[in-house]
Amino acid sequence: MPARLTESIDFHGSALMLRAERQKVLAGNIANADTPGFAARDFDFKAALADATGAQSGPAMAKPSASAFVVSTTHIGHVAGSGSGDTGASRIDSTAMKYRNAEQPSLDGNTVDLDRERANFADNALRYEAALRFINGSVRNMLSAIRGD
Amino acid sequence: MSMMKIFNISGSAISAQSQRLNVVASNMANAESLAGPDGQTYKSRQVVFQTEPTKDGGAGVKVSSIIEDKTPAKRVYEPGHPMADGEGFITQSNVNVVEEMVNMMSASRSYQNNIEVMNTARQLLQKTLQLGQS
Repeated sequence: MPARLTESIDFHGSALMLRAERQKVLAGNIANADTPGFAARDFDFKAALADATGAQSGPAMAKPSASAFVVSTTHIGHVAGSGSGDTGASRIDSTAMKYRNAEQPSLDGNTVDLDRERANFADNALRYEAALRFINGSVRNMLSAIRGD
Repeated sequence: MSMMKIFNISGSAISAQSQRLNVVASNMANAESLAGPDGQTYKSRQVVFQTEPTKDGGAGVKVSSIIEDKTPAKRVYEPGHPMADGEGFITQSNVNVVEEMVNMMSASRSYQNNIEVMNTARQLLQKTLQLGQS
């Protein structure tokens, strides 16, 4: 039960970390808009989030465990009792990073489309804020449940 | 916290772009400079940008070198000029003012873009700091 309480926060927390990571990648693209030969990069957010949260599709999707005493990894920072450990959401595997296909490639080999990057940057910022609000909402809900007022 | 790295990334870009602006400024200032006593005119300079990867997968920028333009110097027919040679020509620097203007505009736009990126990151971080409050 305690795991269920913070499940929603954990999920949105992972999303928040990934959004911050993507924001950094997009900032790098914008910073290198004039660098010859630079290839713009990005990663598949959906796949990365599924990877980070153990492929659960939403906050309330965890299956009840068969035994109450099984050590379950409900958080990305938890160390699994056996098997391979999770790398955590804060770091994107370098293999998950992809190069963007240039729609209008330039002669110097730079594939940054500044308009697209800026749009992505703004979009990502908005979604980051959304994740923040979800977490805030969860915290508020939980607090009001604890206080009982 | 990877959001903090944005300041490093955009900061490196801003510094690189301002260096580019500096070079443009010195090119523009010397656009009509004549050859000095050694017979050498001012050579137009251009910055070369290079990606500087940060430790955790970010991509900053640095100015890897400043190259001198190899195009020949401008020769202008001005027989009345005190520095004119035997045929009445003076030798000016090889700066192309129109190109430099375009360069300046591009640098200033890129500078602004990176400032905006930093502003957005700052706002997001500020909101993150207020997480769980209110």
